[in-house]
This record gives sequence, C-alpha cells and structure tokens, in this order.
Amino acid sequence: MNFETTIGLEVHVELKTNSKIFSPSPVQFGSEPNANTNVIDWGYPGVLPSTNKGVVEDGIKAALALHAEVEQHPHFDRKNYFYPDNPKAYQISQSDTPLAHDGWIEIEVDGEKKKMGIAEMHIEEDAGKNTHSPNGFSFVDLNRQGTPLIEIVSKPEIASPDEAYAYLEALRQRIQFTGVSDVKMEEGSMRVDVNISIRPIGSDKYGTKTELKNLNSFNYVRKGLAFEEQRQQRVLMSGGTIGQETRRYDETSGQTILMRVKEGSDDYRYFPEPDLPVLAISDDWIDQIKADMPEMPSNRRDRYVNELGLKEYDAMVLTQTKEMSDFFEAAVAQGADAKMTANYLMGDVNAYLNDNQVDLQDTKLTPANLAGMVKLIDDGTISTKMAKKVFKAITNGEEPSSYVKEHGLVQLSDPAQLQPIIDEVLANNEQSIEDFKNGKDRAVGYLVGQIMKQTHGQANPQVVNQLLMKSLQAK
Amino acid sequence: MNFYDTDLTKLHDDLVNKKISSTELTKATYENIAADDDDVKAFLTLNKDGALKQAAEVDQQGIKADQLVAGIPLGVKDNIVTKDIKTTAASKILSNFTPIYDATVIEKLKAQNFINAGKLNLDEFAMGGSTENSAFQTTHNPWDLTRVPGGSSGGSAAAVAAGEVIAALGTDTGGSIRLPASYNGVVGMKPTYGRVSRWGIIAFGSSLDQVGWLTRSVKDNAQLTSLISGHDDRDLTSSTKEVPNFASQLNDDTNVKGLRIAVPKEYLGEGVDENVKEVIQAALKHYESLGAIIDEVSLPNTKYGVAAYYIISSSEASSNLQRFDGIRYGVRAKDVENLEDVYVRSRSEGFGDEVKRRIMLGTFSLSAGFYDAYFIKASQIRTLIRQDFEKVFEDHDLVMGPAGPTVAYKIGSNITDPKAMYMNDVLTVPVNMAGLPGMSIPAGFADNMPVGLQIIGKPFDEQTMYNAAYTFEQSTDFHKQTPKLGGQN
Repeated sequence: MNFETTIGLEVHVELKTNSKIFSPSPVQFGSEPNANTNVIDWGYPGVLPSTNKGVVEDGIKAALALHAEVEQHPHFDRKNYFYPDNPKAYQISQSDTPLAHDGWIEIEVDGEKKKMGIAEMHIEEDAGKNTHSPNGFSFVDLNRQGTPLIEIVSKPEIASPDEAYAYLEALRQRIQFTGVSDVKMEEGSMRVDVNISIRPIGSDKYGTKTELKNLNSFNYVRKGLAFEEQRQQRVLMSGGTIGQETRRYDETSGQTILMRVKEGSDDYRYFPEPDLPVLAISDDWIDQIKADMPEMPSNRRDRYVNELGLKEYDAMVLTQTKEMSDFFEAAVAQGADAKMTANYLMGDVNAYLNDNQVDLQDTKLTPANLAGMVKLIDDGTISTKMAKKVFKAITNGEEPSSYVKEHGLVQLSDPAQLQPIIDEVLANNEQSIEDFKNGKDRAVGYLVGQIMKQTHGQANPQVVNQLLMKSLQAK
Repeated sequence: MNFYDTDLTKLHDDLVNKKISSTELTKATYENIAADDDDVKAFLTLNKDGALKQAAEVDQQGIKADQLVAGIPLGVKDNIVTKDIKTTAASKILSNFTPIYDATVIEKLKAQNFINAGKLNLDEFAMGGSTENSAFQTTHNPWDLTRVPGGSSGGSAAAVAAGEVIAALGTDTGGSIRLPASYNGVVGMKPTYGRVSRWGIIAFGSSLDQVGWLTRSVKDNAQLTSLISGHDDRDLTSSTKEVPNFASQLNDDTNVKGLRIAVPKEYLGEGVDENVKEVIQAALKHYESLGAIIDEVSLPNTKYGVAAYYIISSSEASSNLQRFDGIRYGVRAKDVENLEDVYVRSRSEGFGDEVKRRIMLGTFSLSAGFYDAYFIKASQIRTLIRQDFEKVFEDHDLVMGPAGPTVAYKIGSNITDPKAMYMNDVLTVPVNMAGLPGMSIPAGFADNMPVGLQIIGKPFDEQTMYNAAYTFEQSTDFHKQTPKLGGQN
C-alpha cells in the first residue's frame, strides 16, 4: 500500500518589541528572574491589559511577508488553563478572528517550486517559565510572561519532511527580513510544534495525527518527521492503528518515543476578551506598513540572479539572513565584484562564522573592508593566496589596503621587474627548457614554482605565466 | 455630628474657611462608626490611623478651593484596590491581601487629598444582592436592622444611610449600586460603561462592571462622578468622551418641563410588589405635575435579561477568578500534596458557596458543546436588550421604573433560594447589559422602608439623569428622612 503524508506546523515567533504585548514591562533577556515584571504580568487583582500598538504593527508586517490577508477588526480571546507560569490562568490570544489568514510562502524542494498555504496568523502573549529544583521546590519566572508572540499555522499541504524543512526555512527567512524577530530556534525566539499523519493515497479522510515534541532545530524537525512517517507506515502495514499521541524526538537515537496518549481535546473555553476593545486596522495603516516593508529574500534572489549574474544557489545562500544579504549589497555598492564578493561571503566568511560560532553582525567584518579586499584581488594588487592573510586582518577590523602596504604584500606585476628573474631562473634550469621542448608541460609548473620562490610568492602568477611562455617559445 | 444635615459643598466650604478641621471631621467620622457600626456592620477595615495622619497633613497643608473632597473622609467598597490598605473583596481567599497599588479612582481622589475612612462590606467578589455572601459579615439595613441593605455595595449604601460617611464608592455589575441605594434611601449612580476607569477594580464581569457613588444628595453624587470619570490609558474600555461638570447644571433653573419619560410596562408588571408600584407611580405623577411627559413603552426582552445576565457575568467571572490560585497572593491552603492540591484546596477553602456556584455556571456556559447554546445565545439576547433601549430612546429622554421589585427583605429570607435572589436583579441587569447609565434616588416608602426610583439614561447622558433627579429631589422630602439608629437622632 502507498501512503501520502500530511504535516501540520504551528510556528511561534517572539517579536522584538521594547515592551510587552499587554503591559509596559520591558522585553529583555538575561535579566534577574521577575525583574521585568509588574502587576499586570503577575495577574494581580484589579489589573487590566493594554494592547501595545507596536505588536499589532509588527504582526501586520509579518502577515504581509506571508502574503496573508489582514483582518480589519480582529479581537482578542481568552484561552483558559491553570499553570503556574500562566498567572491569570488565561492566555490572551486570538481564536475566531486571527490578525491575518490565508497566506502562502514559496518553497523549493529538489529544484521544484511550490506554494505552501498558511491558514492563519495570530498575536498572543507568551507565558512565564517554571524551573524545578532537586529539593522539590519549583520556581516561577514571569520575565517572559507577556512577551509578544505570533503564531503561524500552516494549511494541511506539507507532504514530506523535506517540504516541512523548506517551509520552515522560507518562513524563517521572510520573518527575519521584516526585522520583527530574530527567529532563532536556539534562543527560543522561534518554536515549532509539529504534527503528522499518513493515509492511503486516494483516501478522503486524514489519518490520526501524532504530535512531536523536542524538535530543537529544523534538521531535527526533518529527521523526526522522517522517522515518524516511517514508523506510522510500519504500524499501518502491520495491521496496527495510530494512536492520538504526543511523541518525543530523541536526538541521540533519532527515534520518536511515546510521551503521552491524548484522550479527547483540551477545552480551553475560549471567549472574547472583555477587557480589550476590538482592534480597528485601517487600509491606510496597512498601506503605510506595506510601503515601509523591507525587500523580501525572494525578490533579492531574483535581483542577484538577473542583475548581478549570480547563480541561483549562490543567491539563495546569500539571502539566508538579512544581515548576510545586506552585507553583500553594501560591499557590492562599494564597487566590489559581485561574484567574487559572493564567493568570499559563502566561503571564507561563512567558515569564519562557523568556526567562531558568531553572527555576522557581531564580528569586526565590514562591507567596506571586504569590498576593499575584493578590489585589491580584482585589480591584481594581491593574489588570492595573499588574500588569505588580508582576510584574517579584516576579521580583526583592519583596513585592507593599509594592511597590504604595511606588510609589503604587494604583488609583483611589472614585466620589467619580473623578466630578469625569469631569465635567471631559465638560465639555471636548462633541463626544464629541454623538457618543455619535448612536450613535457610539467616543466612549466616547475619553473613557475621557482620564480615564485625567488619572489617570495609576490609575483603575479598570470603575468609570470605570460612572460615565461613567451621566453620559452623564444628559446 | 453625623452627615445628615450637610453636603459636600458645605463641608468643603467649612474646611476651606477653617470652621472645622479635617482632623475634627475625621475623628467625628470614627465616632459615628463607633456608635453605629456594631449594629450596621458596614465596614470591613477601618483606616483610622492612616486617615488621622492624612487629615493632620491636610490640615497643615491647607485646602485648595478646587479640591472638593480634600480632608473629607469617604468610604470605599472593598473590591476596589487601595495601596497599603487591606482589600479583600469580602472573600476568605483575599483575607490577607494588601495591594501595592491604587485603583485609578483612588488615585484621582488621592490627588484631591481625600481621606480614606475605610473599606466597606460587599457580597464576596460583588456576587449577590444582600451582603449575605460576604465571607466576614452581613451588613444590616440602618432603617431596619433585621433587613438586608441590598448588595453587592450594601456596606457602601448602609454606611451612607447611617450617616457614617457622606459618600462611598460602590461598583455595579448588575445592580450592585442601584439596589442598595434603593433599599437604603440614598442616591446611587452607575455611570455609562466606559465612563469610569476599571483599573484596580477586582474584576467580576468585565464587560458589565462599573464604578459609581452612593451619596445622600444628587448634587454630591454629580460632583463626585465628574471627579472620578474620564479616559485612562490603563483601561482601554474607558471612554475618551469629555467629562462634563455635571453639578454645574444643577440649580434653581433646573426643571423637567417637556422631558419625555418612558415607563416600560415590564418594570411595573408581575413580580413587582404592589406597594413599591404605588410609590413609583406617585413619583411618575409628580414628574408629570412638574411638566414631564410620561409614556408607557415596552422593553420586550426584559424577561430574558436575568438568565442572559447570569450566563455572561458568570462566564466572565469564571475566567476572572481563576487567578486566585493561592500562589502569588492571597491565602494558600496548608499541608498541600502537590500543585493540583494547591489549586483545588486553596480555591475550595477560599471561595464561598455563591462564588463557587457562579464559577461552575460560567465554566459550564463556556465549555465546548455548550458555548453556542449558552454564552453565544446570551450575547445575542444582550444585543436585543440594547436594541430595545435604543428604540425607546429614539423618542424619549429617560426611562424610569423601580430599582428593585421589593423593599429590603429580611436577612436570611432568600439565602437558601439563589433563583429567588437572582430575580431581584430583573430591573437592574438590563442597564448593565446595554452599557447604559442607571441611578436610583429616594422616591418614598413602602412598609416603612425606602423605595428607589430608577432612572435610566442614554449612553453618556448622565447629565439629563442628574437634572431630572435633582428636580425631583428639590421638590420632595424623601431624601431628608433618616433612619433612627441607636441614640444618634
């Protein structure tokens, strides 16, 4: 029997606003527990929420980046449940009037482009954090309570773990480019809830879905889904049934493990939040936000390919983060060759970031210095080999042309200076000239090596090649 | 002294002219309370030390002419949070709760240097119409100590009726200012929803709650309402509409000539006590004699009001009261086993029967499978009730009727029958459902107990209500009657 897979993704993204969604407390990480809280965040008797307009604006930005339709009169709803990190015992969220609905993003899997539907996107408040000490006490930190979130719910159109991966990547990129969030899974500013079901091809009913937890990177999402897809097939093929359950992904074994069986669904008793008036989102406001929207990664990719002549793959790598893409554009704007700049960003720069586990914006690299280095290569002042040293220097924030001058890294390109050296090398290597005449090309390489040795690697290899060939042919 | 033969304006003038000091006034207030409150039981917490200290400061600073309430002791219902003064909402679960902030209404009064005399009894979390649901004490009606003062702002109304304070803050979710005002023969105004900030009001039914005053005179009430009204950035349901100086229009020229008064037949129908009806009809006649035009109208959806109100208010309450879990403030059950035990035991021990009843009713009404049949249906009825009023207000200025179907009943007589208790709200809940302003003014007596005339206005048109109430008051003597309490008079 052949099966088809349906994957659902619910993505929570933390917005980078200065203050919380319903209280004036600051949104900040790394503070003392409960330092960034006030009576509203504690769910103190008598307090009321006030909507942060900036959150609605950021939400609209995100919605526009997802091609979603913005609801003009959305309201908030209460989602009721008891938990110590949820001080009001309800979360202010949105149920029947999400801020936006019916969006899409484009993904590419195996060279094939596909539009993936987004069912809805709503804004809500985050909960606090519970920690448990070994002596039996639990602690509640409400710093995160009230941090603004957007939740993005996919349509049941994602049909494979690879598509899920591509969807998350595209989603992350587009949100990241709007600037409303850092969208980093490792820092918790992007969280993914995953469910998956399979059904025999042609069946009109979805299969029973399982939920997966502990998927802490896109890669684990893909691996966890792939395992679960196979597991469900094995169960069904052997005559079993899939239970409605929550399963935990185990990173070491790559398997999903049963956490709990769900019986029925939770009843959150949603009802309209009476403390907050219905929002009024005017066309003017949406238009204004649209006008200020940064260019999306897909548009930049097209531009890089069509206008700058980059390869599709290179354009894709460069637009993974807004920082990288902005860096690239700034360097090109300084007159650096686009292809060479792209190569350095994807090669040396990315390697450097990986080795040091830093983000581009947290390094001393600047577009001007990278552009300066690329230009020095381009005009032959330095060789690509010399550029290795220069690159190291610009990662320390040094200006490339002064570095090159100070360290005498200038390439020898003047024929008048090179010719005597070549003549000397030829005079000392009669045998190689013989070999060349007998058709042994290896001899050229040897001779170039000797010339480079004489010039301490500073000779311009292209010029050396030209002059050497001329001299050899003249013998 | 008591506060029977004076009003805010006179007290203010006397303070400004130093005929009396705030300290003297404050001391006198606590003497009144000491004399009566063992019988009336209006106060839950007295702020005597704080009040006397404040009074001394006010006396030292002097009183500015534009600070109407400076140096004057006023009472505060105990579901309004007061910084550093215990605020219990008459619930065991908050019996140890001292807030760290002030409600907006308290901030506004403090900006005027008022004296907080203390916190007044209510039905637990304002759920009830008699104060019998208070976890601490039942307040007694100063007119007849064997009767209830009404509720939930029963402590506020009784304290004013007994002359203990000249005015007290109350809240009204389904009649909690107007019913006790009626039962105690005082003036009670529930302003339009959104007129007064709810920041710092311990929420019961968030879409219905509103703060207002219980006073002895219409003018005092008008002055005090202007003082606490206006938009508040911390309450987005508060209105940005300009707040009139309501009292400035109350003078010798105020009249009701040509005023179109609608009297819903449902408000004088079955279930309304005949003696109460008579008092109300006489009051309407009086208005007619003063030049008003009286029309009988129909508010056909009134009969669904109580049912719909109890679904909506209880649904909101079931959610609002979830925060009382014994973890961050309030009373936590002792010797608990685990987290669930903390929740279950703290709430089981901390809440009274009526509160539990409403939490269950509200939780049920919001539950999957029942939401459409209960909460949604009730919300639809709410819209119909609002439309009933809108239609009547197309060609009328005010709606009038009784505030309660009976006079104050005997303590204990309804307590075992919640449904009978709920029916006392039939004439007041439609006003909250429609978000309208409603008030009760002394209109006469039945069985020697006060009867209140309810006046309902258009949204944000408290002015017309105050004008009509003032005209009535100035041409009658009902508001001058006072209860005969132990040796006071």
